[in-house]
Amino acid sequence: MTILVIAEHDHRHLKSATRHVLSAAHAVGGDVHILVAGHSCSPAAEAARTLPGVTQVLLADHVSLTADGAENLGHLVLRLAPSYTHILSASSAVGKSFMPRVAALLDVAQISDIVRVDATDTFTRPIYAGALWATVHTQDPIKVVTVRVTAFEACAETGGHAALTPIPEVAESGLSTRQSIALSVSTRPELEGARVVVSGGRGLGSAERYKELLEPLADKLQAALGASRAAVDLGYVPNDYQVGQTGKIVAPDLYIAVGISGAIQHLAGMKSARVIVAINSDPEAAIFTVADYGLVADLNSAVPELTAAL
Amino acid sequence: MKILVPVKRVLDYNIKARAKADGLGVELAGLKMAMNPFDEIALEEALRLKERGAATEVIAVSCGAIACQDTLRTALALGADRAILVSTECELQPLAVAKLLRVLVNREEAGLVICGKQAIDDDAGQTGQILAALLGWSQATFASQVTLEANHATVTREIDGGLETIVVQMPAVITTDLRLNEPRYATLPNIMKAKKKPLETVTPDALNVDIAPRLMLIKVVEPPARVAGIRVATVAELVDKLKNEARVI
Ligand SMILES: Cc1cc2nc3c(=O)[nH]c(=O)nc-3n(C[C@H](O)[C@H](O)[C@H](O)COP(=O)(O)OP(=O)(O)OC[C@H]3O[C@@H](n4cnc5c(N)ncnc54)[C@H](O)[C@@H]3O)c2cc1C
Repeated sequence: MTILVIAEHDHRHLKSATRHVLSAAHAVGGDVHILVAGHSCSPAAEAARTLPGVTQVLLADHVSLTADGAENLGHLVLRLAPSYTHILSASSAVGKSFMPRVAALLDVAQISDIVRVDATDTFTRPIYAGALWATVHTQDPIKVVTVRVTAFEACAETGGHAALTPIPEVAESGLSTRQSIALSVSTRPELEGARVVVSGGRGLGSAERYKELLEPLADKLQAALGASRAAVDLGYVPNDYQVGQTGKIVAPDLYIAVGISGAIQHLAGMKSARVIVAINSDPEAAIFTVADYGLVADLNSAVPELTAAL
Repeated sequence: MKILVPVKRVLDYNIKARAKADGLGVELAGLKMAMNPFDEIALEEALRLKERGAATEVIAVSCGAIACQDTLRTALALGADRAILVSTECELQPLAVAKLLRVLVNREEAGLVICGKQAIDDDAGQTGQILAALLGWSQATFASQVTLEANHATVTREIDGGLETIVVQMPAVITTDLRLNEPRYATLPNIMKAKKKPLETVTPDALNVDIAPRLMLIKVVEPPARVAGIRVATVAELVDKLKNEARVI
């Protein structure tokens, strides 16, 4: 068995997601190669070489891969695919976009967002907003799998010394070009990797209240900020704050849900947190069914009091 | 230009899914079904493009059991011009659905496909991308804004960490995110009118597509549940618990 892991990176740095996906690859077992595909991305490839249990790092460094476009990336991975039994990527925005293209052209079924490796050909994945887990078996010769990052521990950053193999030619499909990109700049930890997440919902009432109440709390806890869909739809915060079935999946040590009712779509994104705190004025709110510590209170007084007490 | 919009009939999002007693599937009998919410957004976008003069016809397609007709009637009531049901009682997986759609896209000579970024039942999030690859088309996933020009589309996408705007060559497949638009509701007169709109039924055989499932379901279970916690009476008690019991701060 030989597994190809597609690295997550911002072209300079390897993202921690890569190390989680690598753990999933190790759970499958076998020889593991990592593909770093991007432009001017050799620092990321160098970092990948030290990851444990990796024998080869494939480096595809080409201007056509600057924008992580699914058409070019999919085509590249498709070309490499015949040498592998498994292709694994994070179920990130990039992974979700190009991996189905690879599966399609290999004529195999992609297995999305796995949370467990049951065997080399059998995987478990959440369905119905995580209300259920389905275990599925595949007989396809190449397994194309995306991995839920929070379901696998990150492996160490060092310990390996993989060989570096450059991939000379990369095709440009001409189908898609990036016009602009606007990434939120923040000094806070990234939502998906954060140890503590402070998350706000419709109960906050306005963008101003969200900022006034939750930012100081997050500052004290060095936490990432998150939100429910309602808070995003109402414009309290940008879309990439959304936690849930159709947003980000997080599993921090501590998740503080403020003014969030606990719809199943929201729970889908955070119920694997180690400790959940809920602050909500409605004692019947569903969020309390998953909270380790529930405080029935008006958030307008409880949150400043909490911030002051820390 | 014709726009094809695939619509899936799924368990209503308000209902908590349960496994069948034998663990070999999801219990759907007698439960309220609805159009996948992301497909409502896809249909709305297609209708708006047509209303703006950027498209000539909106065709809704559903693949599955006869009951998917209900979903198609909803699509017609919302404004789709006609509908196609690919009728089968067999289980359909994303690869098979994309292959069915490919045949219809070619037959209809559609210039754009708009579909939901994921279905809220299997949460697979694949069909649009598979379809794009099978057709050799460009794709724009997770769209939050779409502008069409003669031979390209400008699409703003919700990506990890922010927003990206890409320009894709037409024809293309676009998949919708939550904030692309707010879907309209069907009015009573339109629901009546929809009954007279054309709804064609075809079979996978007639389209010459192999729909055999590739993934075999071994079991469906409820994931490990969280044990219910406790209520704290005051902020001081909360802080004490977090420090001394949970030791997370
Ligand atoms: C297709 C689809 C996908 C979805 N995906 C997601 C997703 O990924 N993530 C997500 O979060 N949702 C998602 N949703 C939406 C989800 O169903 C809920 O509508 C949403 O999570 C509700 O957000 P909320 O809890 O902030 O708002 P509400 O449900 O309105 O809850 C607000 C809460 O604030 C409390 N509150 C109000 N005032 C105060 C106060 N002064 N003090 C304390 N508490 C107060 C209320 O008691 C209430 O419990 C999705 C829905 C659909 C249909």
